[in-house]
Amino acid sequence: MNLLEVQHLKKYYASHKAVDDISFNIAQGSIFGLLGPNGAGKTTLLRMITGIFYPDSGNILLNGKHFDPMNDLQAIGYMPEERGLYKKMPVAEQILYLAQLKGLDKKTANTRIRHWFEKFEMNTWANKKVDELSKGMQQKVQFISTIIHEPKLLILDEPFSGLDPINSNLIKQEIFNLSNNGTTIIFSTHRMEQVEEICDHIMLVNKGHKILDGSVKQIRQDFKQGLFRIGVGVMPNAAQMATWHFTIVSIDDHSYTLKLNPDSTTNDILLHFIRQEIPVTYFEEILPSINEVFISQVQLTENLAATA
Amino acid sequence: MNKIYLIIQREFLSRVRKRSFLIVTLLVPLAFAAMIIIPAVLAGNSNSSTKVAVIDKSGMFTGQFHDSRGTYFKFITDQQPDSLKRHYADQGYSGVLLIPEIDLERPSGFEYYSDAQASIALEHTITNNLNSVIERKRMEVNGIDKAKVDAIRADVTVEFKDSKDEKKGSSAASFVLGYASGFTMYFMLLLFGTSVMRGVMEEKVNRIAEVMISSVRPFQLMMGKIIGIAAVGLLQFLIWGILLILLSMALPVFMSPEALQSANQAGSNPEMAEAVQKFSFMLGKINWALFIGCFLFYFLGGYLFYSSLYAAVGSLANEDASDIQQMTLPLTAPIIISSIILVKAVADPTSPLAVWASIIPFSSPLVMMARIPAGVPGTVPYWQLLLSMVVLIGGFIASTWIAGRIYRTGILMYGKKITLKEATRWIFSKS
Repeated sequence: MNLLEVQHLKKYYASHKAVDDISFNIAQGSIFGLLGPNGAGKTTLLRMITGIFYPDSGNILLNGKHFDPMNDLQAIGYMPEERGLYKKMPVAEQILYLAQLKGLDKKTANTRIRHWFEKFEMNTWANKKVDELSKGMQQKVQFISTIIHEPKLLILDEPFSGLDPINSNLIKQEIFNLSNNGTTIIFSTHRMEQVEEICDHIMLVNKGHKILDGSVKQIRQDFKQGLFRIGVGVMPNAAQMATWHFTIVSIDDHSYTLKLNPDSTTNDILLHFIRQEIPVTYFEEILPSINEVFISQVQLTENLAATA
Repeated sequence: MNKIYLIIQREFLSRVRKRSFLIVTLLVPLAFAAMIIIPAVLAGNSNSSTKVAVIDKSGMFTGQFHDSRGTYFKFITDQQPDSLKRHYADQGYSGVLLIPEIDLERPSGFEYYSDAQASIALEHTITNNLNSVIERKRMEVNGIDKAKVDAIRADVTVEFKDSKDEKKGSSAASFVLGYASGFTMYFMLLLFGTSVMRGVMEEKVNRIAEVMISSVRPFQLMMGKIIGIAAVGLLQFLIWGILLILLSMALPVFMSPEALQSANQAGSNPEMAEAVQKFSFMLGKINWALFIGCFLFYFLGGYLFYSSLYAAVGSLANEDASDIQQMTLPLTAPIIISSIILVKAVADPTSPLAVWASIIPFSSPLVMMARIPAGVPGTVPYWQLLLSMVVLIGGFIASTWIAGRIYRTGILMYGKKITLKEATRWIFSKS
């Protein structure tokens, strides 16, 4: 079931088309990665989903119903890329204020604040002012204030920036917990290794257009280039490697990267090594990383735009 | 609507709980009180110790001067003027009055020597004494009976009563009150307007705005701030009002000797007595309920009118806060111009300039408050007051609408410098 359905969303500014006819669906409980270079229209897209901006045209359906920014805000938790807190306000008071604005009553909010403070070991700085905290601590405060009202849809824009590995892991674990409990998460980032690690599903946007979208596994499959790596016990001589089944892309220490030629199969490669009596230690397919897909696709659209 | 209440509450509490709020709220009336009390005390002290040495070469005046309270005259015959002029201070005198040989027909050449500037009261006392002695001598020379003259001399007082045709009633009380309320309004509008603007800038630059806008509508955020700060202002007025009442109850206890003295001094000067009488009479004549009601109305109206525009300007700010200086000019300029019109309106509350400036919402909060003490409906007819209020209400509705449209775009616009021209385009852009 789809928690969020976005249909033909458009937002034009005087000078450019920030979001130009983008459609996608997000399944309930999934972690959805929104990728794109700077200025691709990610923030505008997120701001429309959070109700900050109204789209020029198109529909946003939340739980199958039209998204109503006034009433559905409680269903959404948004942590913008540029973090913001009232600097002179005590931490606990600040979270309480933001929670109340999301419609939580004071008692529930305070109970949850205590719960999170315990979990993140922040009890000692509940009454400190925000500007007395380190960047990483502020980040945790921001995270708690984003999820305190237990939103159905959580939107995180670069949630790990400025966090050390320990806190980064803490937040990551929390994201998985929330996801397992049924929270749907939109995750916007530039850091591709995190996308592969965290996201089930991704969408790549550039210049206001959707370039591709699908599951992480599927996309890597779709963009594979027939590359394989084979490990050898003894380095063979050049004559032993001559075949029409593959071409050698690179030679490393006791391993080769090969490109499978069309009309050949992986078994042809293995048979060749066996017949040449080269001992094989391992054999694996090389799938493109999301990062490589990202760069190649962005460059492709840039080139298209340049030639058009 | 619950949300806007939460925002108002935060804006209000975060300001009221600051130590600076308490300091400012208490210091302002103290400064006002000091401005009134210190000169009075100083004046009282200097009067009580004024001793004037008099050298009378004509011999006409010796022993004829009346000591009034605080000023004593000592006629000196055993010292030379030149040495006395140099050493009067050592002998405990405040100054030296030299009376030359005079011609009764054309008396001239009276001189007063002192290091300190002679006070107006002292000048009055000396000239009054000299004049009355000369008058008496002239009467004697011309054979006029002084007793008869005294009997003839008239001493009437005019009772000032309310009247519709009191056109140019720029009496002292309405003058002072008009100035005070107009300029209080001037400072309040600037102070609270800038406070709203700084609050909006802080939210934008800290990037809290985006978090907030994902929970509340921009208009709620803007109005919450404006109303919250207005509540701070009203609380401040309330505290000042209470302090004023307490002070006025306590003041007679501290002020009584000085008050007596100044009353006494005024007694020796009919003009002053008249002014004091008129002043206190006019103060009593002012309709305080109407005045305070109007003051609060024009404060709130003017504040809503200007502060929403200040909020809009604040939303155009960037990390570089220096740009904002020139953008506030279109807002500070009308307030400053209004304060200039205010000065004219206090002097002549029925001039066309004053009338129109008290109706236009840009200047009405200041100028109308300058005119109201002159009398409603005597100087300010009801239709003008009503029209001015309606226009101000319409004015702040329009300005809040315009500001809301600029604000909601500006508050989320980062990175590039926004010009006023661009911002005005947002007013009419589709939502």
